[in-house]
Amino acid sequence: MKITVSDTEHVAKLARLDLSEQEKKRYTQSLNDILGYMEVLNRVDTTGVEPTAHVLKLQNVFREDTIRPGLDKKLALDNAPEQENGCFKVPRIV
Amino acid sequence: MSVEYEVVIGLEVHTELKTKTKIFCSCPTEFGSEENTHVCPVCLGLPGVLPVLNKRVLEFAVRTGLALDCQIAGFSKFDRKNYFYPDLPKAYQISQYDLPICYHGCLEIEIGGAAKKIGITRIHMEEDAGKLVHDGATINTSAYSLGDYNRAGVPLLEIVSEPDLRSPEEARIYLEKLKAILEYIDVSDVKMEEGSLRCDANISLRPQGAKTLGTKAEIKNMNSFKALQKALEYEIERQRKILEKGGRIIQETRTWDDAQGVTASMRSKEEAHDYRYFPDPDLVPLVVDPQWVKEIKDSLPELPDTKRKRLTSEMALPDYDARIITGSKALADFFDRVVAGYNEPKTVSNWMMGELLRLLNAKGIEIDKCKVTPENFAALLQIQADGTISGTMAKTVFEEMFSTGQDPALIIREKGLVQISDEGILAGVIDKVIAANPQSVADYKAGKEKTLGSLVGQVMKETKGQANPRIVNKLLKEKLPLFPA
Repeated sequence: MKITVSDTEHVAKLARLDLSEQEKKRYTQSLNDILGYMEVLNRVDTTGVEPTAHVLKLQNVFREDTIRPGLDKKLALDNAPEQENGCFKVPRIV
Repeated sequence: MSVEYEVVIGLEVHTELKTKTKIFCSCPTEFGSEENTHVCPVCLGLPGVLPVLNKRVLEFAVRTGLALDCQIAGFSKFDRKNYFYPDLPKAYQISQYDLPICYHGCLEIEIGGAAKKIGITRIHMEEDAGKLVHDGATINTSAYSLGDYNRAGVPLLEIVSEPDLRSPEEARIYLEKLKAILEYIDVSDVKMEEGSLRCDANISLRPQGAKTLGTKAEIKNMNSFKALQKALEYEIERQRKILEKGGRIIQETRTWDDAQGVTASMRSKEEAHDYRYFPDPDLVPLVVDPQWVKEIKDSLPELPDTKRKRLTSEMALPDYDARIITGSKALADFFDRVVAGYNEPKTVSNWMMGELLRLLNAKGIEIDKCKVTPENFAALLQIQADGTISGTMAKTVFEEMFSTGQDPALIIREKGLVQISDEGILAGVIDKVIAANPQSVADYKAGKEKTLGSLVGQVMKETKGQANPRIVNKLLKEKLPLFPA
C-alpha cells in the first residue's frame, strides 16, 4: 500500500493540520516509511497469536462508585482562554 | 407500475446509567446542577490524567446484556473515537469499537397479537458528551458556543438493534419495551424528556422481496415515542417519493424537526465516520469472570414479560390489563402494593385502568408523582367493599384523594359521604317515591321492568346519592310485586 499526497491531505484535515506543499511531500514520505516498516512486521507468522489490546499485562482495573470532590468551578474555568456565564467559551464550531 | 416497498429500520438507543459517579472519574452524575460544578481534571481532559473504570458501569452493562439475552464478552476493551467537536474536551470519546461488552441479544415484541424477535447486535459502554449552548439560533449562525461539562463522562450504554423492524409502529413498540426493561432492571432513569433515554434510527426502503438493503438515512433528535413514530412515517414518505421518481437516496444524517413535522439534512460531514478508532492505552482490557456474570444473572428482578404472565396466571387478570400494568415498572409496583392491602386483583386493576390512569392522563402526570398512596388506594377499595360508601361515592372520594393526597376515611367523614343501608330509613323514602310517581309504578306493574331503574334513581336523588342501591333495589321489588299474588 502506497500513501499518496492526497491521503496525507485527508489525514491532515482530520487532524486539523494545515500543511505547506513542502510538508505534504515530507509527511507523505514519512508515512510511507512507517507503513513500509509495518510490511516487514507483517511477514512475521502470527498464527494463533491474539491481537494486542494493551501493552501492559494488566486487566480489570476498577474504581468503586463513590463520589469524590472534583474541581471548584472557579478553578475549573481559570485556565480557559475565554469563559462566559460559568461556561467554557469556544470559537465558532462550523 | 408501482413498486411495493419494504421498510427496514434499526434503532440505536443511548441510555444514561444511574450510577452515582461518572464512568471514568468520581464526579457526580446528578442532572440539572449549576454549570461546570461536576467536573474534575479527568472529565475536563486535562493533560496527564488517568481514567479508571467505574465497576458499577460494567455491572450495569452486564445486567442489561443479560436482560436482553445477550452473550457477555469474555474479553472486552475501550477505544478512542476521534472527532473534533467541543462537546468533549479531549477531542475523542472513550467508547468500545470492535469488542463490545455484550453482543447477539434479542428482545421480543408483540405486533398485531403475534410475537416477533428483534435482534440486538451489540451493547457497548461509553462516556456521554457535555452540553453546548450556541450563541445564535443554530450552530451554523453562531459566532461562539458555551460548554458545560457536567454531563461529560456520564456513563452511557449504546444498544444497537438489528435492522429487524419493519414499521414505525414496530420501532415505537420496541423502544417502549426496551424502556420498560431498563426501568425494571433499575440501570437507568429512562426519561426521554431529560435525555437519559435517546434514540436514533437508521431507515431505508427496498423493493418488496429484495435481498439487499437500500441506502439508509440516519434520523436524530426524536425526543419522544410519538416523535419517533412521526419522524419515521415522514421519512418513509420522503424516501418513497424519491424512489418512485427514479431518484437515489443520499446516505446522510437527518434531524427531526418536531414543530415543522419534517426531517432535514444535517450539515453533511465530508469526512463522516472516519473516527480513526484505536485501543485506549489509558484503560486496560476487561476479562469478565463467568461466576460474577452468573451472580448478576441470579440477581435479575422479574422482567415485564414474566410479570405479565404471573398477573394473568396467578391473579387471573385479562391479558390486556396485565399488559398495561406491566408496561411500566412504576405502575406494576404500584399495583403490587395496592393488592398487598386489598387482595382483589381484578378490582384493583379496574380502578387503576379506569380512574387512576384517566386522571393521570387528564392531568398529564406520571405515576411516581401521584399523590394517592397505594395504601390509601387499598383502604378506599376496602371501605367500598364494606358497603360504607357506594361505587359512585368511591369515585368522588378518589378524585379528592387524587388532588389532595388525603386519607379516604378523612374525606368521607368531612364530606359526610356515608352510604345509607338502614332499611327502615330507606323504606320511608321509597314509600314517598312510590306515592309521587304513580305512572312509573303502574308501568312497572304492567310489566315494564325497566321502569324500576327510574324509581331507584328517584330514591338516589332523594338521598343525595347516599342510598345503598342494592338495598333500594331489593326493597322496591318487595314493595312492588311484579305479579300480584
